[in-house]
Amino acid sequence: MADYSWPEPDSQGVLRKSYHRLDGAVKASGAAKYSSDENLPGMLHARVLTCPHAHARIERIDVEPARRMPGVRAVRVIQDAGSEVQWALDEIAVVAADTDEIARDAARAIVVEYQVLPHFVTEEDLAAAPDAKPGAEETVGDPDAGFAQAEVAIETRLGMPQIAHMCLEPHGQVAVWEGSELTVHISTQAVSTIPFQLAEPLGVPASSVRALCEYMGGGFGSKFGPERWGVEGARLAKDAGRPVKLFLERDQEVAVAGSRPSSFAKVRVGATSDGKLVAWESESWGSGGVPGTSAIPIPYVFTGIPHQRKKHVSVPTHMVGARAWRAPNHPQAAFVTMSALDDLAARLGMDPLELFRKNLDLAPESLRETYAEELEIAAELMRWKERWRPRGERQPGPVQRGLGLSIHTWGGRGHRSACEVTVQPDGSIEAKIGTQDLGTGTRTVIAMVLAETFGLEPHQVKVSVGDSRYPQSGPSGGSTTVGGVSAATRRGAQDALREVLAKVAPELGVTADQLEAVGGRVRVVGQASRSLSWREAAAKIGVVPITANGRNPGPPADLTNSGVGGVQMADVSVDLETGVVKINRLVAVQDCGLVINHKLAESQVFGGMIMGIGYALYEELVADPVTGRPLNANMELYKLASIADVGELQVHLMDTPRHQARGVIGIGEPPVISPGAAISNAVANAIGVRVPYLPITPRRVLDALAASSGKAS
Amino acid sequence: MSDEHESRSGDRADASSGLSRRSFLRGGAAGALATGALLGTEPVRGAAQAGETGASFVGPGEVGIELRVNGAARQLRVEPRVTLLDALRDRLDVTGPKKVCDRATCGACTVLEDGRPIYACTRLAIEAEGREITTVEGLGNPDGLHPVQAAFVAHDAQQCGFCTPGFVVAATALLAEHPSPTHDQVVQALGGNLCRCGTYAGIRRVVHDPGRG
Repeated sequence: MADYSWPEPDSQGVLRKSYHRLDGAVKASGAAKYSSDENLPGMLHARVLTCPHAHARIERIDVEPARRMPGVRAVRVIQDAGSEVQWALDEIAVVAADTDEIARDAARAIVVEYQVLPHFVTEEDLAAAPDAKPGAEETVGDPDAGFAQAEVAIETRLGMPQIAHMCLEPHGQVAVWEGSELTVHISTQAVSTIPFQLAEPLGVPASSVRALCEYMGGGFGSKFGPERWGVEGARLAKDAGRPVKLFLERDQEVAVAGSRPSSFAKVRVGATSDGKLVAWESESWGSGGVPGTSAIPIPYVFTGIPHQRKKHVSVPTHMVGARAWRAPNHPQAAFVTMSALDDLAARLGMDPLELFRKNLDLAPESLRETYAEELEIAAELMRWKERWRPRGERQPGPVQRGLGLSIHTWGGRGHRSACEVTVQPDGSIEAKIGTQDLGTGTRTVIAMVLAETFGLEPHQVKVSVGDSRYPQSGPSGGSTTVGGVSAATRRGAQDALREVLAKVAPELGVTADQLEAVGGRVRVVGQASRSLSWREAAAKIGVVPITANGRNPGPPADLTNSGVGGVQMADVSVDLETGVVKINRLVAVQDCGLVINHKLAESQVFGGMIMGIGYALYEELVADPVTGRPLNANMELYKLASIADVGELQVHLMDTPRHQARGVIGIGEPPVISPGAAISNAVANAIGVRVPYLPITPRRVLDALAASSGKAS
Repeated sequence: MSDEHESRSGDRADASSGLSRRSFLRGGAAGALATGALLGTEPVRGAAQAGETGASFVGPGEVGIELRVNGAARQLRVEPRVTLLDALRDRLDVTGPKKVCDRATCGACTVLEDGRPIYACTRLAIEAEGREITTVEGLGNPDGLHPVQAAFVAHDAQQCGFCTPGFVVAATALLAEHPSPTHDQVVQALGGNLCRCGTYAGIRRVVHDPGRG
């Protein structure tokens, strides 16, 4: 039975090299057509009428004024009289018209009368929550005995608000019917699963629905399903008998198309006087809108703390249900845990790096060695040992500088995926996979695996993705894509190559297992002179192309793996007079198994760090407690980090033989987990007090300083 | 923080060329009145005002205009309220400039107007008549990239790529004016473009890369 494997390091021609992303030129020149760039003949533009109230019953809706407007081709009521709306900016009706301007006018012309109902949108105040749902208390060991045994304990209260995905390309699609066949050009992380999800509400067979997504402008976990606007867009297109483009306006994109749950916690943690963790107690709560939230995984990484008591309260609010935001629940867990441990280190007068090191035996065994190595490397890059000073040691002038750190983990095993590899008699090669490239470099990675297997260069092979008619592949979430598509491609390519070699072998007077494809040639192993060019070799297969199907999971060896560790360290300056925090430097040391493309992997880490700086310092969805409406459902008041805000960034990938041998593991989620904690710890180190809530705005810095000086006086 | 955010967005164009973000925000009240006149939503006041200032107004129905886009003259009919961005994307199928915030914050719609970067979402199409509009497509194409576009590829200064057209145009304008820009010049020129994937590290390498091109 044939086996499958990654090439050994000394025989890698393409893997681990920093090829440019293959679609880089198409994107940088504006030639890439995103789903929202589709302009089809006769296409209508759709706009949604949204609800202005956080909680209301629809008493009356009249769409006739919209229907009567010239240029309006279809109008649909999404929530009719009697419906109870549970969050502001929820969809009420939708209009398709000849132009976007007419569609907007028509949506505004719809008359809706509401009975406004009571709402709750401010979950940080747990006592005020009308519908809090306490979970069961969980204990490990004997928490009371643990705290009795602890020589030092700290108590802290920490929190981070709901934030938005803020995809630059809004959610939406262009829907086109040809008879009973539907095609959607959709901005999605999951072309393979969209047809079934759309087909069910539309009452058509999934086999009659095709999802296309050649390029998409950001998802971050919010673009898995077609959503209600996807279904309604398809219905409008059916009603009007014309293609309909429906992409959300920015306010709805921010407020309802994707958010990360908030998380708050009261934490007590105890240790021996030399910094060994013995006891953990936490009451956490948070909201991901209407459904509330599940518990966050705390204590994070240091899961082996011997004595623990934990309780989580889910708090439903009148906000849309949260979506999976890059590394769901981990940034919150890292912030709560690493901040509490950093406070404990400060209480002990200990360098937190030492405290973390001392307790690595409480981390999962498989990651301890990696963490120890990463802490060493990060400390060196940050010059931690020379530069770290005890928390709050006052420096001259109003600007105080500090260092902080955090560690994290993630799974990242490759998802279920198929790949069809075709070798044509002229030597051209194509891989088809029903995956999508979110900008993570998926196309490039697939091309590199193909090229590696056939002894070619990535630009010599063709990769086709973004079509649900290609062999199925899992949704791009949880850092599962790179492992899934690379393993499926490798297996398909190895099978296809073996078939080619079987045809070539008689020509060279050897058996197939004596042949290899290297450097654009098929040659006898160890006898470079006995060879054919790849094109000559492919010509031996006859007129019928060779097609092989690779799968993940699939036959051994396992080509992907799960479980990575990462360390981040932050260097910040804080102005005690203005409260402004500035990132001087952020260092990330990250493991992700076998790195297929260094440059693209580093880009993922840079991206995670920058998103992390955003939620650490700037990002917060603010709902008005009086009206329940979002106050910053736009890009001027919901602040993303800009190029001015991110400081110097440094990435180190753990590309050692030990890590490579584990196979391919995803890297999208891990680097976004630690920045909040590392930056918060650096701010505490700089100013001497914990700013308990993210984002660390100037006001929160000044409030924390005032509270601390109030205590002192 | 608000000062910092305002300063980083930068004044993209001088007053004579119209709506930079700052002057647009500062001139909010007057802008709203002028827009009302153009829209014809208040024709009486619009006419009176037009009479007083000697200006004329058009609309509210569609008017024929000619735009010069990437070197070609393009005729189209638009309502006066249609932005340059919507005219490019919806009427002319020039989809390099992206519609993201639609209110002069994120820079994804940045185009050159007579060589100066502007936010196309905050310029009316009828205002752009007689101007030379250059979008990212006008700088180069996949087979013949502009050096700045090539540098975006070489430094992997893009991920999903949705902000990239705006960044490429803004960076091209910056580098035309300051071939070796300082940190402050980079912040001034590119601080009004936002990326969600987090590609700023690559973009900084693009604008500071001496071997560019």
